[in-house]
Amino acid sequence: MRTLYQITEAKIDVGALRDALADPGSGALAMFVGTTRNAFQGKEVRYLEYEAYGALAELEMERLGTEIATLWPSVTGIAIAHRVGRVEIGEASVAIAVSAPHRREALAACAHGIDRLKATLPVWKKEVFADGSAWRENVIEEDTHEGR
Amino acid sequence: MSGRVVVRLFGPAREAAGAGTVELTLPAGATAGDAVAALAAAHPGIGSLLPRSRVAVNLEYVDRATPLRPGDEIAILPPVGGG
Repeated sequence: MRTLYQITEAKIDVGALRDALADPGSGALAMFVGTTRNAFQGKEVRYLEYEAYGALAELEMERLGTEIATLWPSVTGIAIAHRVGRVEIGEASVAIAVSAPHRREALAACAHGIDRLKATLPVWKKEVFADGSAWRENVIEEDTHEGR
Repeated sequence: MSGRVVVRLFGPAREAAGAGTVELTLPAGATAGDAVAALAAAHPGIGSLLPRSRVAVNLEYVDRATPLRPGDEIAILPPVGGG
């Protein structure tokens, strides 16, 4: 299985994630890209700051890759990237791509992957407003595939 | 153990303490929970976050009863917000 796991201060290059999973035997590549929103409950967000426990975050990405390979054995590749540092509105803060021979496994594994990342990755997010800032915790929804 | 450990703080815990790293000297037999208690005493601002935080020692999640050894890297992990 091809894998790519990144905690990065640079902009996420979604094309590079896709290229990392290029495989002539894979007819499907599903990707989720999370981008930063400009408002929280009506309040304007100017930008976001992400902070990670980098060494543990990379271990968690590897664990997730192993879990996905166990749950969907046909998966041929997994690529995950998460930004740290200042992220401007509209930029990608996280991306996960999964390749497989067929679309159903790729889509299901990708949806599972982003849910697990949001629950487990040791990453913290601060929303910065014109007049202050706030740390924002994820709302963990078990057994759903609703993106947030 | 008896000795010094390094505690790494992240996100809101780091901000509340005003430092990303804190060194603690702990008595013999100290556990991860003892380190958390010592941290709360040294940095009262973190207090409300600590019961909701996970603790990792040398990159492994542990419970509060886990014994520590000198030189361990302890990390305080508040509820996460990635994505």
